[in-house]
Amino acid sequence: MAKNVKPRVRVPKKAAKGEVVEIKTLISHIMESGRRKGKDGKLIPRSIINKMEVTFNGKPLFTADWHPAISANPYMSFFAKVDQSGEFAFKWSDDDGSVYETTAKISVA
Amino acid sequence: MKMNWKQITFLTAAFAVGVSEFAATADAADWGQYQVEDRRSGFTYMTDESRAMQVDNFQNPGMLWVEQGADLWSKVDGKAGKSCASCHGDDGTSMKGVTARYPVFDQELGKMQTVEHQINYCLEKRMEAKPYKWESGEMLSMTTFINNQSLGMPVNVKIDGPAAEAFEKGKAFYYERRGQLDLACKHCHEDNAGGIIRANTLSQGQINGFPTYRLKWQKVGSVHRRFRGCNSMVRAKPFAYGSDEYTNLELYSKWRGRGLPIEAPAVRN
Repeated sequence: MAKNVKPRVRVPKKAAKGEVVEIKTLISHIMESGRRKGKDGKLIPRSIINKMEVTFNGKPLFTADWHPAISANPYMSFFAKVDQSGEFAFKWSDDDGSVYETTAKISVA
Repeated sequence: MKMNWKQITFLTAAFAVGVSEFAATADAADWGQYQVEDRRSGFTYMTDESRAMQVDNFQNPGMLWVEQGADLWSKVDGKAGKSCASCHGDDGTSMKGVTARYPVFDQELGKMQTVEHQINYCLEKRMEAKPYKWESGEMLSMTTFINNQSLGMPVNVKIDGPAAEAFEKGKAFYYERRGQLDLACKHCHEDNAGGIIRANTLSQGQINGFPTYRLKWQKVGSVHRRFRGCNSMVRAKPFAYGSDEYTNLELYSKWRGRGLPIEAPAVRN
């Protein structure tokens, strides 16, 4: 089980209608690939976040499957065109079944 | 604070004359605050991408440790029922400038204290709590948080008076050959800074950015971890974390980067 997992997101508070905004996300995670060996010579079990999903007002916006080559503390940014005010919901799914979630609001004038 | 090294226009060229302590480099880029006379921060040896990662507060993964450190700062620990905040104030602003002048000679203890030593001193003596292990998550969070308070301040360590002995010892360590490869710090970081060692670019070995988020480590690490890594790569037996040898070397290395800005947490590869 990964410890100290804490998501951070940065979404602009305001945007003009139809504006393309950059959304930045960073989550602290060890992203253990499952390929490394420990001091005892045995494989360290894989422990990664394997999926990241973003929805806007409940509708899917962005989904990514993550694999063992993603580095620790993954940073991901993407762009979205916003037409209305609403809430981004971010969800990261861990190998161990844990789900880390956070949300961010944006108001469109 | 948003810093763009390309936009910062200092007249470093005017200072770049005189006898060079370091190997001359062909590139005459303007590194702004990241260069003082011929002393160049490790920042200047990085790729543009890594530099962008460091200066963006959000993208810099080292900021995760700063956040954790901020949480620890106000967390009560130990029998005395105190947290760091009980004595030093709620936010870390009282720590501004600390790392710029550390390590310092502590009159009371009669020895050199790094930031890590001082944290453990407070934990044991003031909070009556268990000291942190040197390279533990707690210690790294705390040092990253404390050092981050001095972001951008110039390194200014005291090397005279009671610190002079440690300084001389650190200097001797720097120029002393060691390990099966028979190399001193100076062979890579003074004579060949800017050159390539296997697949890596050698920097001047400045320590103004520590604790540094090293992409290879995938986490932040202390200066002493870096020293241990270097020592084992020249096939010498590394000294212990927090040892006098490394504390003296930390003082000397820091002095070599006098005037460079504190970058904690820096991003390095």
